[in-house]
Amino acid sequence: MDRWKNFKSGFLDENPVFGLYLGICSTLAITTTLNSALGMGVSVIAVLIASNVIISALRKIIPDEIRIPVYIVIIASLVTIVEMLIHAYSPSLYSALGSFINLIVVNCIIMGRAEAFASKNSIIDSALDGLGMGLGYTLSLVTMSLIRQIIGTGSIGLSNPFTDDVIFNFQIIPTGYEISLFKGNVGAFLTFAILAASLTAYKNSKKEAKKK
Amino acid sequence: MSELFSLFLAAVLINNIVLTKFLGICPFLGVSKKLDSAFGMGVSVIFVIVGASIMSYGLYYLVLVPLGIEYMKLITFILVIATFVQFTEMFIKKYSPALYKSLGIYLPLITTNCVVLQVALDNISNEFNFIEMVIYSFAVPAGFMMVLLLFATIRERLETSEIPEAFKGNPIALVVAAIMALAFSAFAGLV
Repeated sequence: MDRWKNFKSGFLDENPVFGLYLGICSTLAITTTLNSALGMGVSVIAVLIASNVIISALRKIIPDEIRIPVYIVIIASLVTIVEMLIHAYSPSLYSALGSFINLIVVNCIIMGRAEAFASKNSIIDSALDGLGMGLGYTLSLVTMSLIRQIIGTGSIGLSNPFTDDVIFNFQIIPTGYEISLFKGNVGAFLTFAILAASLTAYKNSKKEAKKK
Repeated sequence: MSELFSLFLAAVLINNIVLTKFLGICPFLGVSKKLDSAFGMGVSVIFVIVGASIMSYGLYYLVLVPLGIEYMKLITFILVIATFVQFTEMFIKKYSPALYKSLGIYLPLITTNCVVLQVALDNISNEFNFIEMVIYSFAVPAGFMMVLLLFATIRERLETSEIPEAFKGNPIALVVAAIMALAFSAFAGLV
């Protein structure tokens, strides 16, 4: 039961992006389309689970004073592997995410979970924590990319990252009525601000309800 | 000469690292509440980026390329950055305790500032020569510092204004950033 609670907290209450303000850089930059949001989310989940498991397994061997450099090397190696895999199997995703694959290394979520959770808990718990936090991150990315893609381009679509075949593509807002500002940097900041404020409002209302 | 100047101007204003590339948002939100700390952060970031870029540039072309292990660049660069930040911290602590007092708390945070890694990687992917690399490594954090200072002055005024409950803190700061990004988009096409 406790594990399930831990796993679930990453989605809403302790959502890493809108609640804890971690990993904002990548969230703002790559949420222009659903495809890149999902690709980034999956890469981060993979790195996060792997790094949590490795760090948790090594937690008794790593000396306390040099733990941060050790974590960084582990994470950087994992990110290099993921980058090579994406480059080899999905060139379209590779060009869409660009340098942000490399910047997973400095994504505070991964370092933060390594320091706060994996260095103290067992391997299974750490893997679950990585999955929960990673899914929370992906959920935030997908929400933001849905809003930005629908308002910014008027349509919503998804294509297979390996073959570039279109899976589905709907036109929701007729052409000429879309607000292209949302595709750009201004829309990114605004969407993020509104979503973060909504989460705060939701938490506040929950607190108020508890008081009564 | 004019090419170098336009490289500088483009990195500071047009492709501003915070507002158009969304990097370094964490320190941008974290240390922009007071003008003094924003200034301290800006100066330390410039120092670390110039130093770390020169070192990783040298390592890449003198060690990684001759050995044919370019794919190790991510691990090498992040280690260079982490070590350089640690080294800077110890150096300043020993030789200028006054400066350490004002910058000390920001230095460890810089390791996780994505701007540092991005500049080091950009220097390689843009195939800069040495002078271009130094100018670019100075211009990007200079742009970061400029936006940080502007933002800090706005946030000092925000403190005293009435804001809806849910928007207090970071959300309103992001709305401000959105408006700043809108203003900065007017620089596009300057060079």
